[in-house]
Amino acid sequence: MSEKLFQVIKPGLLTTFQDLGRTGYQEYGVVVAGAMDDFSLQIANLLVGNNRDEAGLEVTMMGPTLKVLKDAVIAITGGNLSPRVNGQPAPMWKSFAVKEGQLIEFGQPLEGIRSYISVAGGFDLPEVMGSKSTFLKAKIGGLNGRALEKEDILHAAGDTHAVTGRSLHYDEIPEYQKEIHVRVILGPHQDAFTDEAIQTFLTSAYEITPQSDRMGYRLNGPELTHKTTADIISEAIPLGGIQVPANGQPIILMADRQTTGGYTRIATVIAADIPFLAQAAPGAVIRFEEVSIDKAQMLYRKKEKIVSVLEKIIV
Amino acid sequence: MKLTYHPLGDTGIQLVFGQTISAETNQEIRMFAELLKQEQIEGIIEWVPAYTTLSIFYRPDKIRYQALLEQLERLYENIQGGVADAASLVYEIPTYYGGETGPDLNFVADHNRLSADEVIRIHSSQDYLIYMMGFVPGFPYLGGMPEEIATPRRSDPRPKIAAGSVGIAGSQTGVYPLETPGGWQIIGQTPVRLYDPESEQPILLASGHYLRFVPISKKEYDDIAEAVRLGEYKINSSKK
Repeated sequence: MSEKLFQVIKPGLLTTFQDLGRTGYQEYGVVVAGAMDDFSLQIANLLVGNNRDEAGLEVTMMGPTLKVLKDAVIAITGGNLSPRVNGQPAPMWKSFAVKEGQLIEFGQPLEGIRSYISVAGGFDLPEVMGSKSTFLKAKIGGLNGRALEKEDILHAAGDTHAVTGRSLHYDEIPEYQKEIHVRVILGPHQDAFTDEAIQTFLTSAYEITPQSDRMGYRLNGPELTHKTTADIISEAIPLGGIQVPANGQPIILMADRQTTGGYTRIATVIAADIPFLAQAAPGAVIRFEEVSIDKAQMLYRKKEKIVSVLEKIIV
Repeated sequence: MKLTYHPLGDTGIQLVFGQTISAETNQEIRMFAELLKQEQIEGIIEWVPAYTTLSIFYRPDKIRYQALLEQLERLYENIQGGVADAASLVYEIPTYYGGETGPDLNFVADHNRLSADEVIRIHSSQDYLIYMMGFVPGFPYLGGMPEEIATPRRSDPRPKIAAGSVGIAGSQTGVYPLETPGGWQIIGQTPVRLYDPESEQPILLASGHYLRFVPISKKEYDDIAEAVRLGEYKINSSKK
């Protein structure tokens, strides 16, 4: 019962379907992809009564214009890109109804850079290797493996009705800043760096450069010096891994990272801080802070609890 | 031997099995991965074997770092006594060498002062160990190519290399699973699809197994390509 839901009037800068990623195939070289800000996607889904891992639209910086072709309940979460429905400001972090003929539009990015749009019942998309996430480079997942284009028609997977007015408690709505503290666990190759480099890394400000995308954030700041070489024998790279090539400028590996890589990594961003990083724009300033694994996993469980409590109430 | 490991943030752990690339280290990693498969430890999402490491990704809300580490150390003790190895397979990759789809065959021959036939003979007479998969979906990192046919990468990389292209870069050989730009010397092409996202088995190869190139004619290439298109082709494999 796939029905026409949205017509794409303007595609926006980069609007792709993402779920929680294509896990289980990394050992074969298949990139995980998935929502850059997994927290916001999960909340968007739960607010409209979907499973938390359903695919939604990831909107980047300049959002799309979508014409509603069928009454539906949707939610918009993540960065505030000034969403509007029929010219009126649309709520965020709250389920609401849109009616056939209305326009969903976006304006100035006010806070954060990625919004997530979920629809009750989900979008009608095929699964590729167990996931609906778009991975642009290999042209798989989502809508024919690509970003939205003008005139695309997006289909609903099922019943688009749900309860409206469901929202995330305001205490739990994240704030996205232009200067962020990002917590890391050092390693695995901290021994490849000079002691000064580790000190520099943990005490300096790094700016996110415009050469940043879903694959990785290239940073600019004080150079990090290796003892001998920047190269390692290729190995798996985790989400949030911070690799440092010979030029000494760190790159944080994000959702579309390759599965393996051959550069030394000074640290890994903890999972709880990835969504905040995902919402940071080029020009934002990052300071890194070392934490213990215990602390990081406590923060992980705290974040997970917000999602699972909502999940128990709604789904 | 004690297990060497490093945390990969709060959702991963990397086990280190050696410092250099060797078939023995690869074998040990493979055995460990096999144990992980059998054990089905709650909270583990997946693992990625590489040349000298095995990286495991997990959910800290299901299992914490210390608890996971204890389980991994226990498994590591198990493989120290040596466990029965799951048999490695040799996958046969039918390859049409030279011609339009292997434009650099003669360059590789000239570079090594060999005839084109000798390059084909040498390249197809090895069983190459698949050390790891990566770079792009389904790409096998192969070890064991004879130095006699080693050839530097092209100075001008091609913007497009067709899926199935078989190439040489330095002392490595490999097969391109999908169309990408690349600087490898392309000596042939296989009609077999190493990567087919729509298929039930999207990726044909896996690390720890072997790959052998089998020379075929243009006619055989076309026949196999047709069978692949119809979904009727089955790759030959045998126990190592």
